[in-house]
Amino acid sequence: MSAMRLAAALAACAGLAVLALLPVYVDAYYLALAIGLLQFTVLATAWGLFSGPTRYVSLATTAFFGVGAYTVAVLGELLPWPLVLLIATAIGAVMAVVVGLSTLRLSGLHFVIFTFGLAELIRQLVIWFEVNKSRVLGRYVFVDITQKDIYWQLLALAVAVFVIGWLIERSRLGFALRIIGEDETVAKHCGINVTVAKVTLFTISAVFMTLVGAIMAPRWTYIEPSIVFNATISFEVVIMALLGGAHRLWGPALGAIPLTLLFEFLAARFPTASTLIMGVIFLLIVYALPAGVVGLWDNFRRQWRPRRVEQEAKA
Amino acid sequence: MMASTVLEIKGLVRAFGGLVAVNALDMTVGSGEIVGLLGPNGSGKTTALNLVSGVLRPDSGAIHFAGHDIAGMATHRIARLGLGRTFQLVRVLDGMNCAENVRAGLAFHPARLARGEMDAAAIRLLERVGLKDADQRMATELTYIDRKRLELARALALKPRLLLLDEWLAGLNPSELLIGIALIRSLKEEGLSILLVEHVMDAIRSLCDRCVVMNSGRKIAEGTPDKVLSDPAVIEAYLGAPANA
Repeated sequence: MSAMRLAAALAACAGLAVLALLPVYVDAYYLALAIGLLQFTVLATAWGLFSGPTRYVSLATTAFFGVGAYTVAVLGELLPWPLVLLIATAIGAVMAVVVGLSTLRLSGLHFVIFTFGLAELIRQLVIWFEVNKSRVLGRYVFVDITQKDIYWQLLALAVAVFVIGWLIERSRLGFALRIIGEDETVAKHCGINVTVAKVTLFTISAVFMTLVGAIMAPRWTYIEPSIVFNATISFEVVIMALLGGAHRLWGPALGAIPLTLLFEFLAARFPTASTLIMGVIFLLIVYALPAGVVGLWDNFRRQWRPRRVEQEAKA
Repeated sequence: MMASTVLEIKGLVRAFGGLVAVNALDMTVGSGEIVGLLGPNGSGKTTALNLVSGVLRPDSGAIHFAGHDIAGMATHRIARLGLGRTFQLVRVLDGMNCAENVRAGLAFHPARLARGEMDAAAIRLLERVGLKDADQRMATELTYIDRKRLELARALALKPRLLLLDEWLAGLNPSELLIGIALIRSLKEEGLSILLVEHVMDAIRSLCDRCVVMNSGRKIAEGTPDKVLSDPAVIEAYLGAPANA
């Protein structure tokens, strides 16, 4: 077993090295595609960190993403880049704590609608502020960040989201969230402070989404609320995580990669009908694969395991 | 409050709209005692348990548990003080195996155990309730009585000073019932204090030191099982007033 672990670790390192060297060898189109893949991998995995164990479906992804992008648009030229990212982290975290404390007492469906409304509310607030106070419609993002830098930053963020997710899974916090997802009443009677547990994980998840928005902002050079507070991002992330299977750390990535490629293809081939086709795909996923790709894999293993146990019992 | 009293409830009131579900309830559970909370359906028993375990906040009244005033305290804090509970409709964690179900009760206890100790403690608790070698089985694979046992093991994992059992014996067949009664009695012999809501008369007679009977939110009788079960007010509450009265 430990030999297999070592092999897996080595394979992961080798894979990471290949990914890190990728921008040196590919052209601008494939670099842009790779950035898109990383962006949605981090967003979907971060979404799954919270929504996987708790089964709360959040549509607030774009709220955090947009706030991250706007932090860069406002502060990008004024402050050194690492400081800008740090401030984006802090803003995302504070926002998540406030939203978490006010919404996580809500039940499932109310939570979905609230988070959807929240993203719209923040978009409208930004528009109102920009039009009435800053007197601009959009903002130019002039920072000295190349596409390659964006790629490497997203890659680092992807590594961070997997490492932190892995650590959470093995921690008491991760166990607490699984219990909450199973039965919140039981969780409370086991001595779990469910509010603290949920808000903590919601915040960790939101910080990653905010950072993706911040890192992606220089890519557009011009941003406005309708670009970065786009509800489609929230829905796409949910579809990806559900396709992959949100109850496993590596599940959402399994959905993010094929769907990003598919959406890319659809947007290029059927620019007017892509949203419609996306909706049909969403329905098919929910009907055909309720537990995602990961669920298929688990079923396969479960069918295989009892036979092995029987054989062991006979032996 | 006497040193030997684990739970003391005074003047407890909780209303839902116009319905007063628990009305001026006074009761105590002494250390090492099994107290039965009886009464017809809808008399306020489960509401009383929910007030004690913090699921509901009382409108007024006092609840003292293990030296703390717990009226209105959050459920998880009450649990950490040592209040274990099972539910009227059995609640186990179906997505987890038996060992994980019990670890749920162990992992958040103020006296933390190391990982290895926790696994050993989970297996010990499973054996304690009669689920030997079940640690790796999924909760969904268990029979009804074994699910009840698993829920009890999780409650015991909190090292409770008081155990609340909400109809833990309901739905068991006659032979399972004997096993269940023996199990609860063995917990009492270990010195555990238990407050149980129950309808199974044999269980009440053989287990309870004392009973409190509720009807329409009020306490209508209190005393030994034989005394309360022959009390005319209790019989009337359960069966209605005699036709010729």
